[in-house]
Amino acid sequence: MDTTSRSLVTIICEPVLEQKIEDDLLRLGATGYTANEGRGRGSAERHAGEIPGVNVRIETITDAALAVKILAHIQEHYFAHYSVIAWVSEVQVIRASKYGPA
Amino acid sequence: MTDILRTNLLNPIVLSFALGVFARLVRSEFTLPKDIYTGISIFLLFGLGLKGGAELAETPMATIAAPLGVTLFLGVLTPITAWAVLRYIGKFSESDAAGVAAHYGSVSAVTFLAAQQFVQAMQVQDPTLPPLEGYMPTLLAALESPGIHVALAIGALRTAHPEQKLGAVLHEVLTARTMILLIGGLIIGYLSGHEQWEKIAPFYDSKGAVFRGALCLFLLEMGVVAGSRLGDLKKVGPFLLAFGVLWPAVHGVIGAWLGVWAGLSPSGATVLGAMAASASYIAAPPAVRLTLPDANPTLYLTSSLAITFPFNILFGITLYFQAALWAAGR
Repeated sequence: MDTTSRSLVTIICEPVLEQKIEDDLLRLGATGYTANEGRGRGSAERHAGEIPGVNVRIETITDAALAVKILAHIQEHYFAHYSVIAWVSEVQVIRASKYGPA
Repeated sequence: MTDILRTNLLNPIVLSFALGVFARLVRSEFTLPKDIYTGISIFLLFGLGLKGGAELAETPMATIAAPLGVTLFLGVLTPITAWAVLRYIGKFSESDAAGVAAHYGSVSAVTFLAAQQFVQAMQVQDPTLPPLEGYMPTLLAALESPGIHVALAIGALRTAHPEQKLGAVLHEVLTARTMILLIGGLIIGYLSGHEQWEKIAPFYDSKGAVFRGALCLFLLEMGVVAGSRLGDLKKVGPFLLAFGVLWPAVHGVIGAWLGVWAGLSPSGATVLGAMAASASYIAAPPAVRLTLPDANPTLYLTSSLAITFPFNILFGITLYFQAALWAAGR
């Protein structure tokens, strides 16, 4: 099977940011995303929002340039005041055109 | 007063809360599953709205006008006084003072429910007490939003945050679960009227066994949540500890006094006092987080959940009842 290399952007944030970040992703050019809730603890320790608190994990597959753009956006807008971590990893996908032009 | 306090402390709702705190302190693995917690909160808020709406349909506008006016006044007064005390006496930063004040300006529906159950128990003990006004949930809905906005507006005006979009925050607060269920329930109850309400009352009535049983379970989980924040009491400092007890008590006594002045029964004034004294922990935290991101969440979550909420449930409501009786000359 032919696979193509793409970037998987993973963002874990406090629940209050979920909608904003999902809107940001689509505005920046992502073709979609998947979000789910989880538990955990990080250096910031406290989340604000729903009780009991949850983390939200948002993932999107993009080309490498957009992945960097998304990380830069997250860094600029959210790192200073919110509990957010984000990273990029390389994944092999089929149907690469689903994730935007390479 | 001691007898009343004992009656309040030894009822299943308060004891369920205490059990939740205890479970957390002994590091039990017990916690109510999140979906059940959410389900019960939906049931309580919707039931509260439906009953309030059915009662509102039977209430002349002239009767509710003064209590509603007083409620809105409290919604503006409490965040401003809380902000001023925190900023100028407590020397909190602009954002922290406004963030905490937003929580104290808004209202805790569970504290409202606990106060409602308390005055219903008092009426059983003293049948000469006039009954609690049925339209109180309307006042609860009216108090939910203004306090948050007044405090956030103070914060927004006095700090400069590029992230601030008050329109988005307005949307966040007005479409929160509490508002949709409470105001939606009020409208449905109002439109369908008292006769239709009777058909669903056994399930939703706040005097009924189902509602009270669910409230016990909810308070059990609230105990777990409050208990898990007790460790943060060390972090917030003595000023906020004192503030979290004393300032709600001041707001509560003012609320009870104004309630009697506006024509509410001592029971209604007690519930209004508890509303004014209570601090929101569902609608306010996300709104504050979005608008004042540099306000420290540990301060506002700990003060509203681990200090003020237990104080009101255990002692505050009894105090506001005494204040209401005193104001009514009983």
